[in-house]
Amino acid sequence: MIADSDFWIVTIALGIGTFLIRFSFLGILGGRSLPGWLTLHLKYVGVAVFPALVMPQLVWPAATGGVTDPTRLIAAAATILVGLRFGVIWSIVAGMAALYSLQYIL
Amino acid sequence: MTPRAAFLRGYLDCAPFILIVVPYSLLFGVVARDAGLDLIQTMSMTVLVIAGASQFTAIALLQDQAPVFVALLAALVVNLRMAMYSAALVPHLGHARLSLRALMAYLMVDQAYGVAVRTYEDRPDMTGAEKVSYYFGAMMFICPFWYGFAFVGALVGQAIPASYQLDFAVPVCFLAMTAPLLRSRAHVVAALVSGVVVLAFAWVPWSLGLIIAALSGLIAGGQAELFVKRRAA
Repeated sequence: MIADSDFWIVTIALGIGTFLIRFSFLGILGGRSLPGWLTLHLKYVGVAVFPALVMPQLVWPAATGGVTDPTRLIAAAATILVGLRFGVIWSIVAGMAALYSLQYIL
Repeated sequence: MTPRAAFLRGYLDCAPFILIVVPYSLLFGVVARDAGLDLIQTMSMTVLVIAGASQFTAIALLQDQAPVFVALLAALVVNLRMAMYSAALVPHLGHARLSLRALMAYLMVDQAYGVAVRTYEDRPDMTGAEKVSYYFGAMMFICPFWYGFAFVGALVGQAIPASYQLDFAVPVCFLAMTAPLLRSRAHVVAALVSGVVVLAFAWVPWSLGLIIAALSGLIAGGQAELFVKRRAA
């Protein structure tokens, strides 16, 4: 369960913070450009954050009480392989389909 | 092109994204309810933040009992990419008045941003007013669907039984967002470093391992890119 107070603090601060990020150059900083070292690293935000979020949930899923579940690992591999070629939506479809079919078979 | 035509053009150019926005926002609604949020909370987050990846991030971490500041920090890091969008839009939209720019900033989402910048580059003859109209057309297509289907997802979410293992939808969703981003070796290096570091630092309190892993991944990606460039030079 997520405590109400925690939820509202995160949601409101995230709403304000996200707006300020979006507004930064367009609204306040104008034509100034980001420093080179920052743009270099910002390109990797997605690939640096998402795996960090996923790995613990994959290797130690809460649903199995933290025991590594091979069906989930295989389904994860299917998600990535399909995603490399066919994009986000088919990737999600493939991941969930792989999980359901593996659980049905095993 | 009249502003009206430019608006319509932006609207239609974003139409294919309905295939991504609808399932993605539905999934957010479902996952949010599954995490124990009520309808008002789910919709408040959807409307206040309108940035799917960061919303999934915040909810996943709060559900894992991560401290508030870690959930917030991680979600904000996810959204930092939009500072790049903001900078890239200045030459095209920076002339608009402040209130319009604020509205543009609120509505800035990945897909519509990508479409708008590509169009501006392909059609250098567009006037400033046309660009503004086009931008709002593009965003007006995405945002109502984002709100609407998150609402539908939140309504139907509770009807989905636990045997469907929707908890797995969250990691699947993040993996699905990661895979198309693996465009270069540097991106792959960043992802691998981040994935390994987060497991190695899982013992760090307050879920700070996540932040350490994300920063390690960022640095690894940037340095890998520099390394490849130096080798090529």
